[in-house]
Amino acid sequence: MGAAAGSAVADGIPDPLIRLRGVTKTYGTGATAFQALKGVDLDIATGDFVAVMGPSGSGKSTTMNILGCLDVPTDGEFIFMGHHVESLDRDQRALLRRKYFGFVFQGFNLLARTSALENVELPLLYRGDAKAERREMALAALDQVGLKDWWDHTPGELSGGQQQRVAIARAIATKPAVLLADEPTGNLDSERSVEIMELLSDLNKHAGITVLMVTHEPDMAAFAKTIVHFKDGLVERTEAGHAQGERVG
Amino acid sequence: MLGTTFILALRSIRRHLLRSFLTVLGIVIGVAAVVAMVTLGKATTLQVQKSIASLGTNVLQIRPGQGFGRGGGGPRPPDFDPRDVEAIGKQITGVTAVAPQAQSTGTAIYEGANWSTTINGTTNGYFEVQPWALASGRYFTPAEESAGKAVCIIGNTVYTNLYKTRNALGTRMRIAGISCDVIGILSTKGQSGFGGDQDDVVIMPIKAVQRRMTGNTDVRLILVGVDQAYSTAQVQASITDLLRERRHITGGKEDDFNIFDTKQISDTLSTTTTLLTNIVTAVAGISLIVGGIGIMNIMLVSVTERTREIGIRLAIGAVANEVLMQFLVEAVVLSCLGGLIGLLLGQVAVILLSVLGQLPFIFDVQINVIAFLISGAIGVVFGFFPARRAASLNPIDALRHE
Ligand SMILES: Nc1ncnc2c1ncn2[C@@H]1O[C@H](COP(=O)(O)OP(=O)(O)OP(=O)(O)O)[C@@H](O)[C@H]1O
Ligand SMILES: [Mg+2]
Repeated sequence: MGAAAGSAVADGIPDPLIRLRGVTKTYGTGATAFQALKGVDLDIATGDFVAVMGPSGSGKSTTMNILGCLDVPTDGEFIFMGHHVESLDRDQRALLRRKYFGFVFQGFNLLARTSALENVELPLLYRGDAKAERREMALAALDQVGLKDWWDHTPGELSGGQQQRVAIARAIATKPAVLLADEPTGNLDSERSVEIMELLSDLNKHAGITVLMVTHEPDMAAFAKTIVHFKDGLVERTEAGHAQGERVG
Repeated sequence: MLGTTFILALRSIRRHLLRSFLTVLGIVIGVAAVVAMVTLGKATTLQVQKSIASLGTNVLQIRPGQGFGRGGGGPRPPDFDPRDVEAIGKQITGVTAVAPQAQSTGTAIYEGANWSTTINGTTNGYFEVQPWALASGRYFTPAEESAGKAVCIIGNTVYTNLYKTRNALGTRMRIAGISCDVIGILSTKGQSGFGGDQDDVVIMPIKAVQRRMTGNTDVRLILVGVDQAYSTAQVQASITDLLRERRHITGGKEDDFNIFDTKQISDTLSTTTTLLTNIVTAVAGISLIVGGIGIMNIMLVSVTERTREIGIRLAIGAVANEVLMQFLVEAVVLSCLGGLIGLLLGQVAVILLSVLGQLPFIFDVQINVIAFLISGAIGVVFGFFPARRAASLNPIDALRHE
């Protein structure tokens, strides 16, 4: 099942988890204005593992930012779990992110000089969890990415692959509905990349987290159930990935 | 939520320990300076008041002549007559006690030890005007006073120099060539506010000093104790009138004696030290403001430097207010910590300077509380602008920041 509108209905869910309709994004104004997205339509169902591919500058990151409620479309609709995100204000979007989204970045983006545990605890802290609960959930998340014994190491004491796994632990500590990863393996060698992809794929399959990932590498995209190709600010085509057959649910 | 913010603030202060300390250095110094200045100012005032008190509070000192720095040429005005003393005691209302004084100097000798000291001839009234407890022994008896017996009450300095730790009571020492029985030892009074050891004295009945040493009945100084219920100025005026009459000063002629009011001097000195304390404290206060600007400066740098961190926090769901609070609380916690260190440093300075300046050590709760609250307020005021800047960052731009 692809990312087309029909897939959600086939799953028995009336609406897709994510629905983009005619989304445009224009950076700047006047003479320097640049339209990065030119009317993106995209539906993503709960439980999907989507790889977003496309040439540089085609609008992948711009789309991810909008999907992650970090940015709003200039025009068009973005409906997430029934919320019209395009009409929410800054803080409402922050609360949505806190509750439903986990982020993994190309550059890991861990707090420096801060232990893995404290990094993973961060989103739980904002959620207002009690200390004991926070610790337990953070350790569970670190365990899920296989770094339980490394909880007291700071990013400086961890390899790139380990740092990215800490970042993933941080993203999943709150048990989000959606995990957004913009080139999560961009800074890693292929062996480390495969480990990360296996981890994401495992989270998608066994934790039921919907994963959206940008990648340039077909090897990595191969882990996805659905591949969305971007070109010049538009969705060029959507295809089923190699992992399609393994889809659960 | 505030608890969370507090944890975050402490964590980030711990992460940048050295810089955090440098950031608050201005506050540390400012608070220390304010606390030290105010405390030392109070100690000085206290010291001045104590010095004056050692002369006796509500005491008038009457001397022949026109007082400090006045007069000049001409013959020296005569000393007072014992009957003047009597008259003041009997005729002036509001007087609790009167003590005449005749002074001499001489060497005190006891078993090979000798000590040159001041001999003060007076009456028991002296101990009433300016209370001075005995360490041991007794004051004069009326019989000793009226007969001018050679008995003496010695100050602690004289005692230790002549007797070390031996018993002095009942012994007979020689002073200025006469023998005298030691009947009392005074408690220690210490330095006077004007320098000079107040315990370096031998006190004898005034008649003994007059007859055996000065050879006349002149009274060089009259001490008058004034009842708390009466104004010293009023009593002073009555005494002036009485003495003018007794000394035959008429019409527009100036007094040939002067009356020194310790209370008035005490008030004047207190006002002066308070004024000085306020000025120095204001200067110290300015360094607090400079410290606040230091905090703002470093917090702004910190916001820029931690842009990516802010981006991460925003991305994982911190709302603008939480980021604002984080930086604000961080600034306040920082400045409060600085304030605390400043308070400690201030105490150390107070202790050191108290010892050096021989001032009494005092701990002033009020100024410590005020200085601490001010340091917190500085954190709020100077932390707000950087905090607002942090909170208004766009998460995407912040994340991309190098
Ligand atoms: N903040 C911005 N201001 C102006 N232009 C922007 C901004 N962000 C992105 N763009 C432009 O929008 C277009 C799409 O950018 P985007 O980052 O989405 O590309 P991408 O597909 O992620 O590329 P890459 O594979 O290189 O990461 C690019 O031409 C880019 O220059
Ligand atoms: Mg990109």
